[in-house]
Amino acid sequence: MGLIRDRRAWRRVRSNAMVVIMGAAVLLAVLPLVLILADLVIKGASSLNFEFFTSMPAPAGESGGGVAHAIVGTLIIVGIASAIGLPVGIAAGIYCAEYPASRITWVTRFMADVLNGTPSIVVGVFAWAWIVATQKHFSGLAGSAALAMLMIPMVLRTTEEMIRLVPNSLREAALALGYPRWRTSLTIVLRTTLPGIITGSLLAVARIAGETAPLLFTALGSQYMITNPNEPMAALPLTVFTYATGPFEEWHRFAWAAALVLILVVLALSIGARVALSRRAPNG
Amino acid sequence: MTAPAALNTARPPAHEPAAGVSLERQSNGDRVFRVVLTLAAIAIPVLLAFLVFELWSGARLAIDRFGLGFITTSAWDPVAENFGAVPLVFGTLLSSFLALLIAVPLSLGVAIFLTEFAPMRIRQPVAFVIGLLAAIPSVVYGLWGIFVLIPLLRTTVFPFLERLLGFLPFFEGPIYGPSMLTAGIILAIMVMPYIMSVAREVLVAVPNSQREAALALGATRWEAVRTAVLPYARSGIFGAIILGLGRALGETMAVTMVIGNRHEISASLFAPGYTMAAAIANEFSEAVGDLHLAALAYVALLLFAVTVIVNAVARLLIWRVARGSAAGSKAI
Repeated sequence: MGLIRDRRAWRRVRSNAMVVIMGAAVLLAVLPLVLILADLVIKGASSLNFEFFTSMPAPAGESGGGVAHAIVGTLIIVGIASAIGLPVGIAAGIYCAEYPASRITWVTRFMADVLNGTPSIVVGVFAWAWIVATQKHFSGLAGSAALAMLMIPMVLRTTEEMIRLVPNSLREAALALGYPRWRTSLTIVLRTTLPGIITGSLLAVARIAGETAPLLFTALGSQYMITNPNEPMAALPLTVFTYATGPFEEWHRFAWAAALVLILVVLALSIGARVALSRRAPNG
Repeated sequence: MTAPAALNTARPPAHEPAAGVSLERQSNGDRVFRVVLTLAAIAIPVLLAFLVFELWSGARLAIDRFGLGFITTSAWDPVAENFGAVPLVFGTLLSSFLALLIAVPLSLGVAIFLTEFAPMRIRQPVAFVIGLLAAIPSVVYGLWGIFVLIPLLRTTVFPFLERLLGFLPFFEGPIYGPSMLTAGIILAIMVMPYIMSVAREVLVAVPNSQREAALALGATRWEAVRTAVLPYARSGIFGAIILGLGRALGETMAVTMVIGNRHEISASLFAPGYTMAAAIANEFSEAVGDLHLAALAYVALLLFAVTVIVNAVARLLIWRVARGSAAGSKAI
């Protein structure tokens, strides 16, 4: 009898120990996030001032200056990428959701998954071979093309999933009222899913805004304020990389500050998007 | 649009197969709509085919010159134009393996805790917070790695490991800071949220009857997880791990910044190394000759091929659990 009781107690102890160990795993997993955010604020915040956002970089080794050129560059590169990537991704997503029986849907969905798993550096090499090598010069546009390509499969997936949640009765009601198919899709289905699609789009923008690898040999980076997308351009992630791996203390300080700006933008976009979605669809 | 005309054009609801309905019955609007969407949908396979073609034609010079011998030789000499990818392939595999070694127990622990043990209220918020790790750009991890992680490892963790396990060949030799192990640790932090979130989805998909049956037989909470939940979710969890592997293999910036970038194979994890992605990132814009460029494009092509295969395997495994097919229950 005592043996059985001991064994039962032992099993209970072991079970509780496992629960505690796994709870500790949660703390350990959250730790890097806390550390990274804390370090960014500690080392980056002091360099954030008006000059940082509005001035051009000082000559190497000197103090002062800012990263206005990189902020403008990122806005332009990401803006063009979104202007290409979002419409194509959303349209392809609508196609996959509205014509599920089509063979194109199967192929597209499969290829989008492949593209989603493709390392961004490989897409960068592709954009280089396609645009930079043929034009014979680096350009922000080539960077935008690479980022757009990374964006399309993400947007496609969320759009398709959102549209699939629309009840068929809604479609049937519109069609029964005499709406043609295209108007049903655009004004009924798309309208209903708009918040979800906007969320997906914001998440995609947030992800590509921080991408560095595909810009290394497409947009290349620049020390000047460039607004013509057909020229080599600076971008915030590139600036973080160059300054972090450079030799000057001043550069390192700037790298932290630029990284802090980058992460604030990215986190604001992704937290905002997720909160907006969870408010719409509580079971999401 | 007039009502009668619209009535004529009404077609079956979307989820009925559209095939077999002739185009003549569609209005112009429908036809234009479908053509535009089709173009967007076709753009993706076309782009991907174009990507493979461009990589292949970019790498052609190196493919013709080195053939498959490229992945069995280890020279990397841009001046003598002799290239072999063994150190790169080795570094990619080893750093990803180290990352999984650290990230898998951790992320599975988190996933199990959040689906089985944690109070309902904190499950969603904690998963959300850990998910934020996935939103941090790679270059920020690299920055943090250079200025925070590397000093910490060099002064504290690595000397400790050397004293404790220095008799093993993996933990001997000089400590620089940038090393294979540093890359593995950074990668582990980066892939953990991916493995955790997929594993969590898989565990949530396990039917409650599994847990209830085990508990009814007198199992403790952990025993129920171990004997009834994990076996059911096994292939899906495996899929989550492989998905993490796919991420780790292709990760570029953070690795480039902390691995030390040296074309060498070393048994010691304290020694600098290189990965395929890091080599492309570092050398591509400064490649000295056509053959150097082609060799790097060849590396990109190989990396692409590997990640496609790894991701395909992962999806297959996850899909098997998600469908609740016989494969999942067979595991018991």
